[in-house]
Amino acid sequence: MSGSMEFLLWTKGPVFDVALAIFAIGLLARLVEIFMLGRAPNYAEPRAREWPAGLRTMLTRTVADPGTFKRAPFNVVVGWIWHIGFLTALLFFVPHVELIQGVLGFAWPALPNPLVDFATAVTILALIATLVHRLTHPVKRHISTVEDYLVWAVVFMVVLTGYLAYHRLVEPYPLALGMHILSAEILLIILPFTKLTHIFTAFIARWYNGAAFGRKGVQS
Amino acid sequence: MSELTLERGLAAFRAEIDAPTAAFFSSCVHCGLCAQACPFYLETGDPKYTPILKLEPLRRVWENEFTLWGRIKGLLGLQKKVTDEMLAEWEELVYDSCSLCGRCSVVCPVGNDLYAMIRKTREGMVQSGHAPEGLISASVRAITTGSPMGLQWKTLAVQIQHVESSSGLTVPVDREGAEYLVLLSSMEIINFPEYLEAITKIFDHAGISWTLSTQCFEATNAGIQIGNKDIAAELVERVVAAAETLRVSKVISPECGHAYTAIRWEGPNLIGRPYPFRVFHIIEVLDELRAAGRIKTEGKEDDRLSLHDPCNLARKSGVIQQQRNLMALVAENFVDLKEHGKYQWCCGAGGGVSSNERAEELKMAAFKRKKAQIEEVAPERMVTMCATCRTQLEEGLEAFNMEIPVVGLTEMIAEHLVERD
Repeated sequence: MSGSMEFLLWTKGPVFDVALAIFAIGLLARLVEIFMLGRAPNYAEPRAREWPAGLRTMLTRTVADPGTFKRAPFNVVVGWIWHIGFLTALLFFVPHVELIQGVLGFAWPALPNPLVDFATAVTILALIATLVHRLTHPVKRHISTVEDYLVWAVVFMVVLTGYLAYHRLVEPYPLALGMHILSAEILLIILPFTKLTHIFTAFIARWYNGAAFGRKGVQS
Repeated sequence: MSELTLERGLAAFRAEIDAPTAAFFSSCVHCGLCAQACPFYLETGDPKYTPILKLEPLRRVWENEFTLWGRIKGLLGLQKKVTDEMLAEWEELVYDSCSLCGRCSVVCPVGNDLYAMIRKTREGMVQSGHAPEGLISASVRAITTGSPMGLQWKTLAVQIQHVESSSGLTVPVDREGAEYLVLLSSMEIINFPEYLEAITKIFDHAGISWTLSTQCFEATNAGIQIGNKDIAAELVERVVAAAETLRVSKVISPECGHAYTAIRWEGPNLIGRPYPFRVFHIIEVLDELRAAGRIKTEGKEDDRLSLHDPCNLARKSGVIQQQRNLMALVAENFVDLKEHGKYQWCCGAGGGVSSNERAEELKMAAFKRKKAQIEEVAPERMVTMCATCRTQLEEGLEAFNMEIPVVGLTEMIAEHLVERD
């Protein structure tokens, strides 16, 4: 018991600090790397302003166009389900809200535990579905890299260990919780160096896309 | 020109990487949805045609040289380098199987502007000596003769004579101070001479002051298709010089898709300064004339007509409603293809694919998506406003024994003009 308690304290203390630091510095470096490159001046007479179009695309790309939905419903629906489930658990589970309050100094109301529990279970199933899809769909299989599977494994571990800890399915409890926290810390550490950066950069990408099409008069 | 090498290619890739490119590569999660937007993948079923994969050379340069992790990997000897062999393999992916249609760019959930990055990738392909023969010779002809098909003014002069004798009107040439400078595409001059006659009639009808220029009549830009800024800029400069000589305030791009995006959107950036004139596609001009009540038509086509939106005009330039307004003027039985406008499907021939003889088979495979769309609404004729699309539709429909004639919208408008007393 004392060993698992020490493990838990270790994950909550020094590892948390290191993970948070790597995450923050790594992400900042990535954002600087992107914005430092800048864009060449555009001399073509625009049809419309870039900003409103870019901001709209930041939101609208969240929903697939009807044609894409029809051609790849599984991809779209399962992607949506696990993203929503993951965010629900991440942002609205009571202890997570308390952690956010502790780190940021502010937070928001949490959701009832049974609801978060359900979202987590659905997320686990949806993540398994995405892995099966990645391994079997000809396109996804062909374009997948080691990084895709590594990132999948880390995300899956975070959700799975959280579920196991909550349901006391691993004993002793401090070990279960420590594993969950450590998984989340690994996720934070690899985030700035993998495709997980899309959590932040996808909105930048969408803005640039919306702006480029928008100035030509197309809301992309 | 000095020798084309891998080093020069890599330098060109580096020069193309900007903040949007970095944001795009940072965001790809390998979801594979871009493949579902690509006619080359959908109609061949070969996953190597997945759009994001076509960008792997540019992505590697970005990762290796523009990211912290890439540099760390470099120190550890873990970088995947871009090699000459790799670029040779990618030539087919970057040119033969991409018409720069931009459909992936409007579908990607993280917002990656994939076609814009293919356009960038081609700059590096040219510099490393991995551009297709067909596009190289078109570019050389464009630079040396002024036309990618090697067409001379004298050929156009003969056509002008035909137009003048059949219409009884004058085709203005080198008229200084005209409002509009009209550009043409070689393919149009050769395949669709009716276009010149149509605008001659329409502009006469609407009382427009316009001119052709002997200094420069070609609107297309082989430099943009192959992906070479120097060639592209030189071709744009010729148009600018002609417009400046004749002191026109507006330049009209013909029924050609890429010519319009070239001169309208890329042109000023290629030459590094804004134009002293404005640029319009002929369809924009016609719709403005319609809105101003300067085009009077009579009678309507009564057969079932549908419309093919050229990618360059619709998705990539926002000209979507104009052609529908014009169709409403002259067609009473018009039906849109199910996915149209910004979500239209490419005919398969754009982005230099049609000038790349080796890509013929892929071009016809990609056409099958368009064919299926056409079959779905079963029109009696198709209408479009791009000579390349039109040629591809005609050849494709013919190859599948579908008797659906293809008409240019400008001609169709000209046929319905009210005769003057």
